[in-house]
Amino acid sequence: MPVKCTNCKDAKGILKRSRTGDPICRECFFLLFETEVHKTIQKYKLFTRGEVVAMGVSGGKDSTVLAHVMDTLNRRYDYGLDLRLLSIDEGITGYRDDSLETVKRNETEYGLPLTILSYKTLYGWTMDDIVKQIGKKNNCTFCGVFRRQALDRGAKHIKADKVVTGHNADDIAETVMMNIMRGDVARLQRCTAIMTGDDPTGIPRVKPLKYAYEKEIVAYAYHKKLDYFSTECIYSPEAYRGNARTYIKDLEAIRPRAILDIIHSGESMMIKKGVKMPTLMRCKNCDYISSNDICKACILLEGLNKGRPKVSVGKSSKIQKNLLDHKMLEMKARQLNISVIPKAVNGCGSGQGCCGGGKCGSSESTLTKGKVADQF
Amino acid sequence: MSLNITLAFGGGAELLFGNVKENKVTLEKAVEQWTIKTLLVWIKDNLLQHSPEMFIRGDTIRPGIMVLVNDCDWELLDKNDYVIEDGDIVTFISTLHGG
Repeated sequence: MPVKCTNCKDAKGILKRSRTGDPICRECFFLLFETEVHKTIQKYKLFTRGEVVAMGVSGGKDSTVLAHVMDTLNRRYDYGLDLRLLSIDEGITGYRDDSLETVKRNETEYGLPLTILSYKTLYGWTMDDIVKQIGKKNNCTFCGVFRRQALDRGAKHIKADKVVTGHNADDIAETVMMNIMRGDVARLQRCTAIMTGDDPTGIPRVKPLKYAYEKEIVAYAYHKKLDYFSTECIYSPEAYRGNARTYIKDLEAIRPRAILDIIHSGESMMIKKGVKMPTLMRCKNCDYISSNDICKACILLEGLNKGRPKVSVGKSSKIQKNLLDHKMLEMKARQLNISVIPKAVNGCGSGQGCCGGGKCGSSESTLTKGKVADQF
Repeated sequence: MSLNITLAFGGGAELLFGNVKENKVTLEKAVEQWTIKTLLVWIKDNLLQHSPEMFIRGDTIRPGIMVLVNDCDWELLDKNDYVIEDGDIVTFISTLHGG
C-alpha cells in the first residue's frame, strides 16, 4: 500500500530517505536534497560572492548532479558565482573518452564554459601508457596524484578561486575506512575536511556533496532524468578501495546512518600531542605543494622516466633554475628503493646527469624505464 | 495466471544483460506468488549473461544496486517480499561506479 510523504503529507512517497528512513515524494525529495546542499554551503561558508568556481566534472553521476545542483542553487539563492566546468582526460580508452562526451553535452545543457586538460598534455603519459608500464596494482595512486595536480593546474589556468568536486558521503566514509585500515594518520586527519587548502597559494578544494548519500544522488539523477555516464573504470576491479566500498555497502544495508556516523568518527579523531606530522612545503622540482622536498607526482614521473611536467605552476624561469637536482633525487630514490635514469659515465661531460636523450651516443645513457617501488 | 512485467536496468547494471536497458518479460505461473525474491532467481537463471555475484548476493540483490517498482523505492514496499503485479515495471540501478 502506498505511503504518504512525511514532508508534504500529501503525495505518494517514492523514496526512503537514507538519513532518517522517512518516505518522501518526488517534488519534496528534489527540494530537500537541493536545500540540504544549500545548507551545507552556508554552514561551512564554502563560497564568496563573485568567485570563479571550477567544477571538476567527469560525466559520471556525482559530478553531473553536482553541476546541476550548483547551477540551480547559484540561480535560486543568487550566490553570484561564475561557474565553469573543468574536466580531466586521464587517457583511459573506453572509459574516459566516452564519459567526456557526456561532459560536452553538459556544457551545452547548462551553458557553462568547459575546459578539458589531459594527462598526455600535462605529463606526457596517459593512464593506459602508465598501466602498460607498471601493471594493474597501484595505478590508482598515479591517477589520483596526477588528477589532483591536474585539477589545480586547470583551475589556475582558468583563474578559478575555488575547485568543487562531487565527492559524496559514501566516498568519504570509504576513505576514512581505507586510511584506518592502512594506518595513514596524516591522510585521516585531512580526508574529512570539506574544504582543503591551508596553503595560501593553492586553490581550495570544496566538497558540497560531502553529506549527500550516493544512493540519493543516483535517485536524484534518475528522477530528474539527468544524463550521466555509468561504467566502472576498467582498472578499478583491482583497486584497494573496492574492499572499503563493499564494507560500506554492507553496513548501509543494515543501518544507512552508519555512513554519516563513520564520517563523524573520522572528523572527531585527533592526533596525540607530540606525534610527528608531515609539514607542507613546495616541491623543489615543480614548485607544487608537497609534504616532501620533491612532490609525489615528480617522483612518480621520474620513475616513469620523463622530464618535468609540461604545464607548470609558478614561473618557468624559476623552474629552469630549479632544474632537477639529480643528486638529491637519486638520494631520495635510494630511500624509496626506486631507480632513476642512470648517470652517463662515458661520453657525457655535462656533469648534470644523463638527459636520457641518447644523443651523446653513450652506451650508459640508454633509456631504462625505472622500476617503481611497490609502495607506490 | 502469468504476469507480464517490464524489467529495466541502469547505472551500468545493463552490462550484465547484454547492454539491454529494457526487457518485457512474461512470468509463467511456476510459483503461487511472484515476489522480488523469486524474480531475482528467475533473472539469474534466464536473463543474467555473466558474473552473477555482481547482481545477486545470497538470496537478495547485491548491496549498492537500487531496486524500484513503478519508480518507487522498494524499501517503501516490503523489499524482497513485495508481491509483483501484472504490468509492474521493476528497475535495477547500479550505484557502484565512479562519479
